[in-house]
Amino acid sequence: MDKIWLVIQREYLSRVKKKSFLLVTLLTPLIFPAIMGIFVWIALQEKENQSLRIIEVIDENKLFFLESSEQYAFSFSNTTAEDAKVLVQNGERYGFLLIPKIDLESPAGITYYGEENPNMNLISYLENNLKKKIEEQRLFESGIDPKIINDVRTKVAIKSITLDDQGAETVSDATVNYAIGFLAGILIYMFIFIYGNQIMQGVIEEKSSRIVEILVSSLKPFQLMMGKILGIAAVGLTQLIIWIVLIGTLTTVVTGFLGMQMPQQQAMEMASADLGQSLPNTQLGDILQMISGINVIELVLCFIFYFLGGYLMYGALFAGIGSAVDAPSDAQQFMLPVTIPLIVAYLGLFVFVLNDPNSTTSFWLSIIPLTSPIAMMGRVSYGVPGLELALSMGLLIIGFISTTWLAGKIYRIGILMHGTKPTYKTLWKWIKTNN
Amino acid sequence: MLKIEKLNKSYTTTKALSEIDLDVPKGIIFGLLGPNGAGKTTLIRIINQIIDSDSGSVYINGELLAPKHIAQIGYLPEERGLYKKMSVWDQMIYFARLKGLSSIDAKTKINQWLDKLEIASWKEKKIEDLSKGMAQKIQFISTVIHNPPLLILDEPFSGFDPVNAEIIKNEILELKSKGTTVILSTHRMESVELLCDQVAMINRSEKILDGTIKQIKLSYRPDVYSISLDHLIQQIPSEWAAKQEDSIMHFTLPLSGKTPNQLLHELMEYGEIIKFQEVVPSMEEIFIHQVKASENG
Repeated sequence: MDKIWLVIQREYLSRVKKKSFLLVTLLTPLIFPAIMGIFVWIALQEKENQSLRIIEVIDENKLFFLESSEQYAFSFSNTTAEDAKVLVQNGERYGFLLIPKIDLESPAGITYYGEENPNMNLISYLENNLKKKIEEQRLFESGIDPKIINDVRTKVAIKSITLDDQGAETVSDATVNYAIGFLAGILIYMFIFIYGNQIMQGVIEEKSSRIVEILVSSLKPFQLMMGKILGIAAVGLTQLIIWIVLIGTLTTVVTGFLGMQMPQQQAMEMASADLGQSLPNTQLGDILQMISGINVIELVLCFIFYFLGGYLMYGALFAGIGSAVDAPSDAQQFMLPVTIPLIVAYLGLFVFVLNDPNSTTSFWLSIIPLTSPIAMMGRVSYGVPGLELALSMGLLIIGFISTTWLAGKIYRIGILMHGTKPTYKTLWKWIKTNN
Repeated sequence: MLKIEKLNKSYTTTKALSEIDLDVPKGIIFGLLGPNGAGKTTLIRIINQIIDSDSGSVYINGELLAPKHIAQIGYLPEERGLYKKMSVWDQMIYFARLKGLSSIDAKTKINQWLDKLEIASWKEKKIEDLSKGMAQKIQFISTVIHNPPLLILDEPFSGFDPVNAEIIKNEILELKSKGTTVILSTHRMESVELLCDQVAMINRSEKILDGTIKQIKLSYRPDVYSISLDHLIQQIPSEWAAKQEDSIMHFTLPLSGKTPNQLLHELMEYGEIIKFQEVVPSMEEIFIHQVKASENG
């Protein structure tokens, strides 16, 4: 056991001490807030430096009136279409909107002319305005006062509450649950891939530089393999914790700083126009209530369990592959059976689990050990029956014990084999060999 | 020190060792000879508990081989390497600790060795910055750092330049004088005759010869003498196929049932004997002869 500990220490320190580890660990969390910050900053600059864009409007119906915004002003002079086009060409007008005689029931033929391609904001702004005007006009013609419509317009938000067997109620929200499942699943997926590859590279390094024979004369191949898998797991956890702390702090600092610079209204506008409608009455308190409605302890424990369980299960397979080949390029042929279940789990998370956590497919994805680490995280925040969770966890434990056993058998023979390109048949022979 | 009885090992398609018996006394250098693929590495891996035998037993100091013996063996494999990105110091500490040394012991021993070979200044260097010869020295120190009573060296001189090979050879002899038992596996005979007290020869999974160098050479002497004569009195028979160098004749003669003294008497009649020496085969000749014999028979 103390020998495994020595291997863990070496694997951990030799990676954590590297400059590249320090760079990646410190820079990656800086990138997200930095990108965010740059976007916000550019947007702010644009707002400040923007000149008002004047758009010429010719309305042959004499019906429409467009309200000017901070960015766009609309001029309704009675020029002809030809003159208006010249104005645009001269640069005196930013654009020109032609509204021909239209049938209000099926308006067609409204055209925008501009010297440059109009951006989506402008077009949707124009469309929304015209749509509203046409609707109002039609209501008016059918004898309904548009004002009444405005008065009766109501916003509805459903508060969803989960009842458990004991009748206890928890407030839940599909969006929050979705986000949690999404994030946790992706994190586990990425972690398995990135660090599984590191295990494989490490095994290949020891094998190809011929250190391994010296090592296995001092400790059992299985100890060496487990030490490497656990040591690299510790590296990954270290990185994850540093990221969480850094991203948390930085995001708070950056948004706090920019938040002060940005008037409230602008910030709201920038946060996408539709958001305000879909979560209308949601106050901060409600969001907090939803988050607290999720059993945080259960969620964190599940995350840690599936995170480590999935990593250990796949890590052993990556170690087995590494031991069988002489160079990383030879590893490709054996990667397929490892990557396919991972990708199935990843796609399954989005296609099935997050959309319908309780469907049959979601159930099986979250039970089968090869896919459960990723798929189950998509279900946990929605609440999973204890029995299913226990089954899934139990199978995952059996899963990683089996893959470790399997990989151990390949590993102890593979690391001493040089110069031969193994096939699945040889691997199978190694597994069957007793010593 | 090491006793091996009826050891067998087969791989799926080949037999690597069959019924191997060996007895290596304490404090000697024991040469394990044989062509490539004879089974030497398999035997060494079994002693190091890297692989298991199919049948037979290995004893160390009379005890059946067990995991605790790992600390008593130092092993330098033929295929060897070091972590390129690790410093000399960290690397040696790691190997020493894996062999069971405490952290303090490891540090003391490593410092002693680095001072002894005058390479203390390399401590912080990474292996990838060292020359091949330098790395080999580090490799050797790593092998012996835990003072193993049994040292197994597989082709220890391959890859060494003559200067470093000499240094390592002297270290091996010094370790032997301190009581270390050394098993030297090689197919290079020149180092065998210089270093080994006793040898065993393996070919195609079977032991074909073992004993002290002296015994082996005695049993393989072909009873042939190398002779030089000067001042010829009478013409020597042409079938002796003598070579002439100035007035001196050089040739070899088998005893053909006579004693050496009888042969000497005979030769006196032909001229003045300036050399009369038994032809002793080199280990290399015995090796080649034995390998051929075992392959034909």
